[in-house]
Amino acid sequence: MATEPTTAVLTPGDASADGSGMPQLNFDTFPNQIFWLLVALAAIYFVLSRIALPRIASVLAERQGTITNDIAAAEELKHKAAEAEKAYEKALADARAEANRIAEETKAEMQEELDKKQAKAEAEIAAQQAESEKRIDEIRANATASVEEVAKATAQSVVAAMGFEAEQDRIDQAVDQRLKESA
Amino acid sequence: MATETEGGSGLNIHPMDQFVVQPLFSDGPVGMFTVTNATLWMAIAVVCTALLLVLGSRGRSVVPSRAQSVAELAYGFVHKMTEDVTGKDGLKYFPYIMTLFMFIVMANSLALLPMSFAPTSHIAVTAVLALFVFIGVTVLGFVKNGASFLGLFWVSSAPLALRPVLAVIELISYFVRPVSHSIRLAGNIMAGHAVLKVFAGFAGALGIFAFVPVLAITAIYALEVLVAFIQAYVFTILTCVYLKDALHPHH
Repeated sequence: MATEPTTAVLTPGDASADGSGMPQLNFDTFPNQIFWLLVALAAIYFVLSRIALPRIASVLAERQGTITNDIAAAEELKHKAAEAEKAYEKALADARAEANRIAEETKAEMQEELDKKQAKAEAEIAAQQAESEKRIDEIRANATASVEEVAKATAQSVVAAMGFEAEQDRIDQAVDQRLKESA
Repeated sequence: MATETEGGSGLNIHPMDQFVVQPLFSDGPVGMFTVTNATLWMAIAVVCTALLLVLGSRGRSVVPSRAQSVAELAYGFVHKMTEDVTGKDGLKYFPYIMTLFMFIVMANSLALLPMSFAPTSHIAVTAVLALFVFIGVTVLGFVKNGASFLGLFWVSSAPLALRPVLAVIELISYFVRPVSHSIRLAGNIMAGHAVLKVFAGFAGALGIFAFVPVLAITAIYALEVLVAFIQAYVFTILTCVYLKDALHPHH
C-alpha cells in the first residue's frame, strides 16, 4: 500500500488521519461549526423577521381580503341579477296585462264604431228609401196628372173627330169621374 | 483518494470522508473563525433561504409567481403547524420556528447536491439546534408558568401511587429530548449520505455490473430527498410540541 500519498492528501482535520473514524466526533471542529451555525441562524432570523415574514404575511392577508371582497361583490351582483330578473318578470307580466287591456279596449272601440257606422248607414238607407218613395210618389202623381191630361186631350180629340162640339168642362168632368172609378 | 486506486485487496471505500470539515483557503487547523466547507454550505443555505423568501416574494402579487408560491407554501406550512400544535399564543414564536425549519430544510436539500457538504449531518450543529430549543423552551416554561411548569412532570390523571414513578420517567424523558432531537436529524442525514457513498464505491468496483448499485443509488437518492424534508418537518414539529408543553404544561 502506498502510505506516502495517503498522508500527503489527508489533512490534520481529516477523520481518517486521526483515526477516530467519524468526522462528527472530531471535537476540534466543534467551535468552528457552532460559531458559523450561530451566524447562519442569526442571519436567517434577521432576514425572516425583518423582511420575509412580514411581507409574506401582508401578501397573504391582502389575498384573503381580496378574496373576501370578491366573494361579497359576487354575492351582491347575484342579488342584483335576481332583482333584475324579478323586475323583468314583473315588467313582462305588466306588459302582457297592458296588451290584453289595449286589445280589449280596441275591440270595444271597434265594436262601438262599427255599431255607430251601421246605425248611420241604416239611417242613411232609411232616409234614401224615404226619399226614393217620395220621388216615386211624385213621379206617380205626375204620371197620374199626365194620364189625366192625355185622357182629357184624347177625349176631346175623339169627341171632335166624331163631329161633336163638346164643352171642355164636361169632358174634364167625365174623365175625372172615370179615373176616380178606375182608381 | 490514492488508496482507492490502490485497493487491490478489495473494496476500499471511505464513506465518512465526505463529512470532514476542512478549511477552504488554507491547510491549517480548523479554528473557531476559519472559513470551512461547513461555513460555505451554511452560507449557501442562508442565501437560498433569502432568495426564496425575500426575492421570491418581492412581487407582492395577489396572484403569485412560482417562486412566491413556494415561499407562501413554506410560510403557510410552518405557520399552520405552529398554530395547530401550539395554539394561537404560540404564533409569537413563529419566526424562530421558521428560522429552524428553513435552515434545516435548506441545509438538508443542498447537501444532496454532488460534492456538497451536509452541515446537518454533524452532531455539533444539530446539538446546538436542539439545545437552543431545549433551553429556550425550559426557560420559557418557567417564565410563563413559574413553579407550576413542574406540573408537566406530575401526571395528575394517573393514580396517586404511580405519580412519583411517572414523575421520574417524565423527568428523564424530558432531559433525553435534546439528545433524541439532535441525534435523529444528524443520524438520518449522515446515514443516508454514507449509504450513498458506499453504493457509489460498489459501482466503482463492480465494472460492468455497475448499473445495479447505480440504480440503487437512484432509489436511495429519491428516499434521501424525502428524508431531507421529513427530518426538517420532524425537527420543526417536535419543536412545536416542546413549545406547547412550555406554554400549556398541564396535560
